[in-house]
Amino acid sequence: MPTTGRVVCRMDDGTHGQRQRLPMLLGIALDGAGWHAAAWREPGVVADRLFSAGHWVDLARRADAAGFEFLTLEDGLGLQAQPWNAVAGRTDRVAGRLDAALVAARIAPVTSRIGLVPATSVTHTEPFHLSKSIATLDFVSRGRAGWRPQVSPRPAEAAHFGRRTMAAELTDAAVTELLDEAGDAVEVVRRLWDSWEDDAEIRDVATGRFIDRDRLHCVDFEGRFFSVRGPSITPRPPQGQPVVLALAHARVDGRSPSSLVPRSDDSSAAVRFAVRSADVVAITPADAVQLRELLDLVAQESAAAGRTAPLRVVADLVVLLDGPDGEPAAERRARLDAADGSPLVSDAAIMAGSAAELTDRLTQWWGSGVDGFRLRPAVLPDDLDTLARSVLPELARRGLRTDPAPGTLRDHLGLARPENRYRSTVDEGVPA
Amino acid sequence: MTQPRPRKQVHLAAHFPGVNNTTVWSDPASGSQIEFDSFVRFAQDAEAARFDFLFLAEGLRLREQHGRIYDLDVVGRPDTFTVLAALAGVTERIGLTGTINSTFNEPYEVARQFASLDHLSDGRSAWNVVTSWDAFTGENFRRGGYLGQDQRYERARLFLDAVTTLVDSWPEHAVVADQAAGRFLAEADPGRFTISDSQFDIAGHFDVPRSPQGRPVIFQAGDSDAGRDFAAASADAIFTRHGTLEAGQAFTADIRARLTRFGRPRDAVKVLPATTFAIADTDAEAHELAAGIRLQQVSPATAIMLAEQLWNRDLSDLDPEGPLPDVDPIVGESTVAQGRASVRMVTDQLETAQRWRAAAAEHGWNLRRTVAEMGNRQHLIGSPATVADLIERYVDSDACDGFILVPHLVPGGLQAFTETVVPLLQERGVHRTEYEGTTLREHLGLAPLQRPAGRRTA
Repeated sequence: MPTTGRVVCRMDDGTHGQRQRLPMLLGIALDGAGWHAAAWREPGVVADRLFSAGHWVDLARRADAAGFEFLTLEDGLGLQAQPWNAVAGRTDRVAGRLDAALVAARIAPVTSRIGLVPATSVTHTEPFHLSKSIATLDFVSRGRAGWRPQVSPRPAEAAHFGRRTMAAELTDAAVTELLDEAGDAVEVVRRLWDSWEDDAEIRDVATGRFIDRDRLHCVDFEGRFFSVRGPSITPRPPQGQPVVLALAHARVDGRSPSSLVPRSDDSSAAVRFAVRSADVVAITPADAVQLRELLDLVAQESAAAGRTAPLRVVADLVVLLDGPDGEPAAERRARLDAADGSPLVSDAAIMAGSAAELTDRLTQWWGSGVDGFRLRPAVLPDDLDTLARSVLPELARRGLRTDPAPGTLRDHLGLARPENRYRSTVDEGVPA
Repeated sequence: MTQPRPRKQVHLAAHFPGVNNTTVWSDPASGSQIEFDSFVRFAQDAEAARFDFLFLAEGLRLREQHGRIYDLDVVGRPDTFTVLAALAGVTERIGLTGTINSTFNEPYEVARQFASLDHLSDGRSAWNVVTSWDAFTGENFRRGGYLGQDQRYERARLFLDAVTTLVDSWPEHAVVADQAAGRFLAEADPGRFTISDSQFDIAGHFDVPRSPQGRPVIFQAGDSDAGRDFAAASADAIFTRHGTLEAGQAFTADIRARLTRFGRPRDAVKVLPATTFAIADTDAEAHELAAGIRLQQVSPATAIMLAEQLWNRDLSDLDPEGPLPDVDPIVGESTVAQGRASVRMVTDQLETAQRWRAAAAEHGWNLRRTVAEMGNRQHLIGSPATVADLIERYVDSDACDGFILVPHLVPGGLQAFTETVVPLLQERGVHRTEYEGTTLREHLGLAPLQRPAGRRTA
């Protein structure tokens, strides 16, 4: 069985004594011109190319060369940069997006190592379509596909489909309901990925059979929200199960471009979804204290859910570093905030500082036991380039991480290729 | 502008073959039907021959016979949008046509997927609009088989209208991206739309700026009266079945007449039959090759299955190397096969069975041979010169505007055509040697789209 090819670091984290750990995992979150609303105005951004293949290919190649384990692509089913239930009415911010799963597919053939993790809605999109879409992304990227299922609570998005309505006021009960449905959607997608056994294609000329249909399986999912029969039309993808990443926000502000899970003071519902459904959970601690609280919460919920499979935990951070021309981060942040007319806010902590300060922060948080980070650059490609030039090499120098070797995204994350849940039991040693 | 051409140009395209018995998976030269390398090779061969586009079919449930998954043909295929977006990264000019169902999708998603694909391919996307209603496929989707058969073209028409409204909702210059002035959008809240009809009640803002082609090139693939009207009203091209020259002329004339009725120019829709081929040095060798392929396409087990589809009966006890069934087909809705468009198309089972029996008697064919000879879809057979002549004759006499070639082998099956017939067509000045344009609309010689101006009012 293929297992991880990653070097295991021996770490002394100061609290748990010597223990074996994976190298620090680093993802880069791509969205438009970056996570600051005024990012598109920066001279390093080709602002009229944000909807072109060239923009995405360029960013993906930079991230691939820098050695990130994965990149994520944001998406939604409506215009961004709005309060979550209304339209902004502004002309000075980026509006519009390309379909994230298709952007991921477009960049797959022109990148080599980096995992590709598009976000998609599971509230309005059919699980059957999602399953074959991500499976195919895994084929075209040769095993580098990931997927971030997200819920779509906005009334505006629901109105684009006309099949259900969403309340303007989002209650905790409604969030739980959406996340329960998301859990069912991920379950269906995962079953469909397994609905073909790896060796289902036999091409047996003697009997004229292309497949052994006993190695294809109906998934027969019947839940509160929908039923899906299966099997998939797409064979089991190279990773068996592409990597599922869930973003468990601690809290969300409507102005954040990533604000796809609504404000909730209690992140337990999102964490419960993540521990049931995901391979990687991204958390959004505001500080080191919250980081430890959230790590504990993830551990508790994992235990409560009876989870035994490994779950990687990464912390999201918005990074706004010193500018390409040496402009100090604080000044750069103030200048960008002034350009937009409002301060940068985010559901995730904002790290505005030098590359060295960020490196120290990552080192310190890593010491608390988080497996890695998903970094959201304020400006693309500027902050991505600074990360590549100054942060990743320094983390490697400190022995905290190495660039991923060629391989699948599961390999990069130290996750073994899973057995197929439907695998036929075969009497070993008995010749057919 | 392009040079004026003396002769009607032949439009050529390539269909990645798959889920039916045209595809010979048992041949040693047959490669993977799912690995991306196969799609890359196939697309690059077609692009090197300067084809207009690559074509992918779709099926949203694995086909069954006698309630079990049909296992004799290729089974399994990738997601259409995803593989086309990936192919955009390894090709430069060739059009990318995807078959997408209007029943088991929603307009907002399909519009943003095609608009995205069009951006990501710099204007090479096309949509083959298909429609279905069957509860069998519906079992894979939230809503199930919710649509009546009589509503499927209504749904398809309104779905296409809705997608058109959505992709037209962003004016051409909505994105200003003026960094100095701090103005990204020409106007706030772009993409506003409202659609309210018998199928859709949706409103809000579309979220993909206008793409290079404005909208995908539209293909239609149904043969019925309703399907032809749908094509004449809304499509840019028709994916049709190949037949005799006369049948092609009649079909094309019918489409041209319908176009006139819908107030569109007579050449506004390209008629493109899907066509298999067998090419060898001489005509005699090509016919021998074709006969060999026919037998490869109909294994003994396949012969029984295809006969069952026509007879609509269990024929599993029959010897494929023996005589045809001595009973008549059971006429009516198929109880044998599910998820197969070809079965629904057979409307004259008794007559077809009679023709098969007569042919078997005349030639002394057994069941397998009869199925292979009578059920085959081979059309362009001959030496390169013969095939080039055939193609020119069909196009010159307006039996069609070109061909969508369906090789029987993946991934290298186009080569026999692209290396021998294409150079002849190029020499004769009826097929391009270089792409003149960058978009698929340009490759197909379609008129530029009208500027969007609220085509539809709520």
